[in-house]
Amino acid sequence: MGVSQSISIAIVGSGGAGALTTGNFLLEVASAAGWHGLFTRTLGPQIRGGEAAGLLRLAVHPVDCLPDQFDLIVGIDWLNAHRFGSEIKAGSQTLVISDPRGGEPPAMVTQSGARVVEITMKEMAKAIADGRPNMIALGIASRLLGFRIEQVLAPIAKRLADKGPAAIAASRAGIKAGFDAAAGIDFGTQLAAPTPSDSRRWLLSGNEATALGAIRGGVRFAAAYPITPATEILEWLSPNLAKVGGVLLQAEDELAAINMIIGSSYGGTPALTATSGPGLSLMIEAIGLATAAEIPIVVVDVMRGGPSTGIPTKSEQTDLNLAIYGLHGDAPHLVLAPQSVSDCLFTSQWAAYLAETLQAPAIVLSDQFMGQSRAAIERPADVAFIGARKLATNISGAYKRYALASNGVSAMAIPGTPGGQYTADGLTHSESGIPTSGAADHLAQLDKRRDKLDHFNFGDHWASVEGTGDLALITWGSLTGAAREAAGRAAADRINVRVIAPRLLAPVQPERLAAALEGVKRILVVEQTHSGQFHRYLRAHYDLPAPVRMFHRPGPLPITAGEIHRAITDWR
Amino acid sequence: MSSLGTRLTCKPADYKSDLKPIWCPGCGDYHVLMSFTRAFAQLGLPPEKIAVISGIGCSSRIPAYTNCYGFHGVHGRSLALAAGLKVTRPDLTVVVASGDGDGYSIGGNHFLHACRRNIDMTYVVMDNRIYGMTKGQPSPTTEPEFDTALTPGGSGVRPFHPLVVALASGANFIARCFSGETNETAEVLAEAIKHPGFSFVEILSPCVTFRPDEKAWKGQVRPASVAATNDQGKAARRLMTDDGFNVGILYHGDRPPFQPAVGASDTDLSELEKDFEL
Repeated sequence: MGVSQSISIAIVGSGGAGALTTGNFLLEVASAAGWHGLFTRTLGPQIRGGEAAGLLRLAVHPVDCLPDQFDLIVGIDWLNAHRFGSEIKAGSQTLVISDPRGGEPPAMVTQSGARVVEITMKEMAKAIADGRPNMIALGIASRLLGFRIEQVLAPIAKRLADKGPAAIAASRAGIKAGFDAAAGIDFGTQLAAPTPSDSRRWLLSGNEATALGAIRGGVRFAAAYPITPATEILEWLSPNLAKVGGVLLQAEDELAAINMIIGSSYGGTPALTATSGPGLSLMIEAIGLATAAEIPIVVVDVMRGGPSTGIPTKSEQTDLNLAIYGLHGDAPHLVLAPQSVSDCLFTSQWAAYLAETLQAPAIVLSDQFMGQSRAAIERPADVAFIGARKLATNISGAYKRYALASNGVSAMAIPGTPGGQYTADGLTHSESGIPTSGAADHLAQLDKRRDKLDHFNFGDHWASVEGTGDLALITWGSLTGAAREAAGRAAADRINVRVIAPRLLAPVQPERLAAALEGVKRILVVEQTHSGQFHRYLRAHYDLPAPVRMFHRPGPLPITAGEIHRAITDWR
Repeated sequence: MSSLGTRLTCKPADYKSDLKPIWCPGCGDYHVLMSFTRAFAQLGLPPEKIAVISGIGCSSRIPAYTNCYGFHGVHGRSLALAAGLKVTRPDLTVVVASGDGDGYSIGGNHFLHACRRNIDMTYVVMDNRIYGMTKGQPSPTTEPEFDTALTPGGSGVRPFHPLVVALASGANFIARCFSGETNETAEVLAEAIKHPGFSFVEILSPCVTFRPDEKAWKGQVRPASVAATNDQGKAARRLMTDDGFNVGILYHGDRPPFQPAVGASDTDLSELEKDFEL
């Protein structure tokens, strides 16, 4: 039997069949045993019923992207599976476990040449008191992956502890039955032994990581209006902010949410809201207010397919233009993008730190893929980025809230500070904050707000730059993982690729990118848009010193490492 | 209002900035500003512990004319901004200033939810039944037959009744004032600020430029003939049937304010990570 560094599994079922639970449990079992993994759900917009699949990739190394195709597909049933189209790719090496009573496997599976083995999961479950077919599926998949039964039973019992002994017994019996049913099946491969870790690993979603990062960065207030796929950030923050003396307020709409966080921050409490494209569109006016009045805030946009309501449950990178250019007037602000589940923590913490330090709004562009994926990761390091605002205290004499300082950052008086009374204003204002329509004041304050961002030293965190090849792959956000994997495969073909992924999208860093591109002979821009927004952004703000090609596609299908690898090898 | 240890001896002038208002001569909002500073002085609040929050419009210019902390934000969102400020800074006295366009039209939804949420703040709407800053368009309180360039011959749309809307949405303190009666208005504002929870004060404030007819309000307003009720049913009937010129505190309930616990915490952030540890 062969050994693989990485194995990918899809668990398919109609809504309610428990496919997502099975996928989640498999990730928990594997990560408890020391493997890395990434789990993502794919489902339609309906709350119950419809199609659902858990997509899981387990590996001995950290995992930041889905596979090109799946090694194992377990179909608890296939009732609505055709709606996935080509999202769940099978190949001739794929093993498919199918319940013959669960309908016909879709064409994507039958035409792939995959080997299909039938197991009557539903009937086996019926033979167990309170048995569920998804626990049979869990047993089957666990055995095929090479887990020992006790590696599976212990974490599941812990996970189901609050459901009572009957539920645990039913699940154990189901898992054991699945284990037995898979006994004679040759999967042909097995996961290589996991690498031990020094630290305690974490299992969390990108949205949870974003929320924790914000608290680490000093955020103590959040305003919430629910929207897919950002709601989990707010739901995690609600109880956890309360634990650290903060609070989350549910807003009546996104217009209220953004203004609530401006009010909180004006009062001295660092604040965040999280939304998706439609909500960001509504918030844009007030983000301009935060720019003009110099109020630090963090706005997380977990991007989904657009325009309009688009595809709420699927990922895309199409809010880039809105985040960068959406504000009216000349309104410099921060735009950042995390690159993986783990990086969601760092980037939101950094965003909170930068917003506070620079007294400016920061938009964080996460996306549905990393936001709603769960990953087993190394514990992210504690970094020193904790928001520290330049405050005006012990004020004597006339206070100038918007005094022209050499670095553009002026001391902010927090309400309650004697002598610091001023009116924060969206109107063009003087150094004292008094409204004016004078040309000199307008220019001075425009310069001030531009300079405080442009003169700040963002350090090496502005981007991740890996490799030294003369083909540069420039990408951003959650595509970075697939791009790195593609670069790794290209290295095996002796094509040397460097991957450049800016984490800081605004303000732009032309000198740093020029340095990162030193010696590059070809540039491949990779993004998940229909119109090539990122490519246009690069063209507008950077010198690209070599021939450029694009590889871009809108959602909902994720862009895989295999596709990027092909785009590299096709460019001869 | 936040509780204060010491009561200061203050004069209204201590709460005025030296900025000259942009309002037209004779505008009712000058009187509202006087009532604000009188109420603050009467309560002896330190100016730095007061935040005056507003949106956009003539009335929303008021924060900068006070010597308090102020926020002149975007159109219609002052209540939301004030909510974020007050829940995180319960020590401050928060007063929100708005107008009939800012508060009832673009900001209408926030009005409903501020009444319902009952955060301890005072909401003052200077109602002149017109958009003044944009030079005379009808607002949600303008009479249907009032002729404007935007609505020649009148909008034909019935005005809404802000006090009834406030009552139905759960507001706990509802009052109406006339800007010209600065002493009475200051008294009501002081009561509204002291009221724990959301208090709503509608101030009839004439627009002398686009609604010179409103100068007649002076002769039309009268103190409400009966005392404030705490009976919602009675209040609804009174508000629905009055002619819009009864002034004073009209409804005064006792629903407790909404204020989550905030402040310093001993919890180490590593506690939060336990959710994620394998």
